[in-house]
Amino acid sequence: MKLFEYRGKELLVKYEIAVPNGKLVKTEKDFSTLNFPLVLKAQVPIGGRGKAGGIKTVKNLKDAKENLSNILGMDIRGYKVGKVLAEEMADIKKELYLSITLDRSKRMPLIMASASGGMDIESVPDEEIFKEWVNPLIGIQPFNIRFITSKLKLDKEQSKEFSKVLSNLYKLFREYDCELVEINPLIVRGDGGIMALDSKVNINDDAMYRHQDIEPELVELTPLEQDAKEKGITFVQLGGNIGVIANGAGLTMATLDALTHFKGDGGVFLDLGGTDDPEKVKQAFELMKKAKPKVIFLNLFGGITKCDTVAKGVKEVITKEGIDCPVITRIKGCNETQAKEILKDAGLITGVTLQDAAQKSSDLAR
Amino acid sequence: MAVFADKNNKVLVQGATGHQGVFHISEMLDFGTNVVAGVTPGKAGQEVHGVPIFNTVQEGVDATGANTSLVLVPARFAKDAVFEALNAGIKTLVVITENIPFHDAMEFVHYGKYQDAIIIGPNCPGIASPGKAKIGILPGQIFKEGSVGVASRSGTLTYEIVNSLTEKGIGQSTCIGLGGDPIIGTTFIDALNAFEKDKETKSVVLVGEIGGTAEEEAAEYIKENISKPVFAFIAGRTAPSGKRMGHAGAIIARGKGTADSKIKAFEKAGVKLAKFPTDIADLIEK
Repeated sequence: MKLFEYRGKELLVKYEIAVPNGKLVKTEKDFSTLNFPLVLKAQVPIGGRGKAGGIKTVKNLKDAKENLSNILGMDIRGYKVGKVLAEEMADIKKELYLSITLDRSKRMPLIMASASGGMDIESVPDEEIFKEWVNPLIGIQPFNIRFITSKLKLDKEQSKEFSKVLSNLYKLFREYDCELVEINPLIVRGDGGIMALDSKVNINDDAMYRHQDIEPELVELTPLEQDAKEKGITFVQLGGNIGVIANGAGLTMATLDALTHFKGDGGVFLDLGGTDDPEKVKQAFELMKKAKPKVIFLNLFGGITKCDTVAKGVKEVITKEGIDCPVITRIKGCNETQAKEILKDAGLITGVTLQDAAQKSSDLAR
Repeated sequence: MAVFADKNNKVLVQGATGHQGVFHISEMLDFGTNVVAGVTPGKAGQEVHGVPIFNTVQEGVDATGANTSLVLVPARFAKDAVFEALNAGIKTLVVITENIPFHDAMEFVHYGKYQDAIIIGPNCPGIASPGKAKIGILPGQIFKEGSVGVASRSGTLTYEIVNSLTEKGIGQSTCIGLGGDPIIGTTFIDALNAFEKDKETKSVVLVGEIGGTAEEEAAEYIKENISKPVFAFIAGRTAPSGKRMGHAGAIIARGKGTADSKIKAFEKAGVKLAKFPTDIADLIEK
């Protein structure tokens, strides 16, 4: 779960990492406790908001009011801005970059730091990014921190301050089960202090049960995706007009690929997972109907999930509620024969192989 | 021969008395797996399909000589279960559980290395060596004894591919479900290394998907170290960036982890790629 910048900063403060004096602003009154000049920042869970006009510097109240009303409600790459953070301008002497993320290959937390902060880290040359891996069993050690600080060309006092920040940031990363904590820029102020001007904190969804203090943020999901999540069904909305129901993430992806091969366009991705409950299948089909695809393609490989169990759920939806688009099925594996028997009078179109069914679906959706 | 799972595995099941445990103990016994013990705290003295249940892994190991554990416990207890098994001297672990926080997985994967144990998973269907043993939840009926080694990040897609091999009369030495999570204990490289050494395995099938760089690393490894023919299928060629495609690990992040990059890397390493999952069987036949 990606936290908004201001909530990420609340966590930074909890871990004794300084952030500018600031608050969420909605009306004129909210500015009374802040000292101009200020920076107004749209709170959206994606990058690139500066370029989209979501960050503005304001010198006085009049300026602030005008820009606030522009930013509130602004659409930034599909996200409507509902919250704006106002922060006092910081005295920037130096901009650094600092992040801790997950290195999937080494299976370790990876610290990345650079003296070239303030810009997109993707555009910083590799040799200017310093990397250090932490053994998850022993956690961050002083030698890890020394390695990073020695590369950043900081003076003695700054190094000491930076070391504290890094040590605390690792604590935050571990204690809040983060996938990513990123501060860009992390600044050295005129007075030598270190301060986080931005924050990206991304918490592992699977660990949310350990963090009841973090209120969930739902902005990343569409309403149908949210509905599916509550029902324990994996449901992803894409752009096209063919609804794909399959069991297993890999098989679902392979099905979408096959549709594309036959110039079809996958619109919704629904993964039944391993289920032996016809009721769940019924719910999945109902969700799919709400997404209004032109064609539904059911691709099933029965293993632990029995084909006839899924067939029963499908049959119930079709006979009781009806379905107003063509359904193409391709059923293979455990109890395949029984499943085909159950569905034989349901008016579905059958494909023998994945290719055959994908082609039929694509043709019908055109 | 086979890799990771054969007649020498004496299997203990953690989470043995739940719905899943009871069902899969029966399935594994049918496959010929030597299931010797089950563990569920507080349930010692019971039996599941004739398999004795113990309160702790240590008790199960002491009484039966179990050397392998199948972990079926819920996600929030999984780290503890894996640590318990490793401390009791278990050397092969198959972790089926999904939705384990990845910080937990990082810790037990590293502790496993420290204890010289093999950990397969988490979020995987397990491992099957036809004619020898199955440790996991893969459907037993799709396999056939033979010489193709399969390693995969996906469950159902593996079953689909294995089934199409079996239908064409092409048998398998061992099929390993590596798991769909970003942090897994056994990688493509570990599997390739084991298959290269295994006399029974004549060719290898890799089933990859978007997310991470495990396929690219495997491709590099194949160039230098693997003499047997390798075939591959990659799922997610048409997946959009930034969306998690069902598996926690299947996400294209910041332009990294695309199917294209994986396909190119494999092609460079001389790996033959299939367009559709069932084409793998045709490629091997040729």
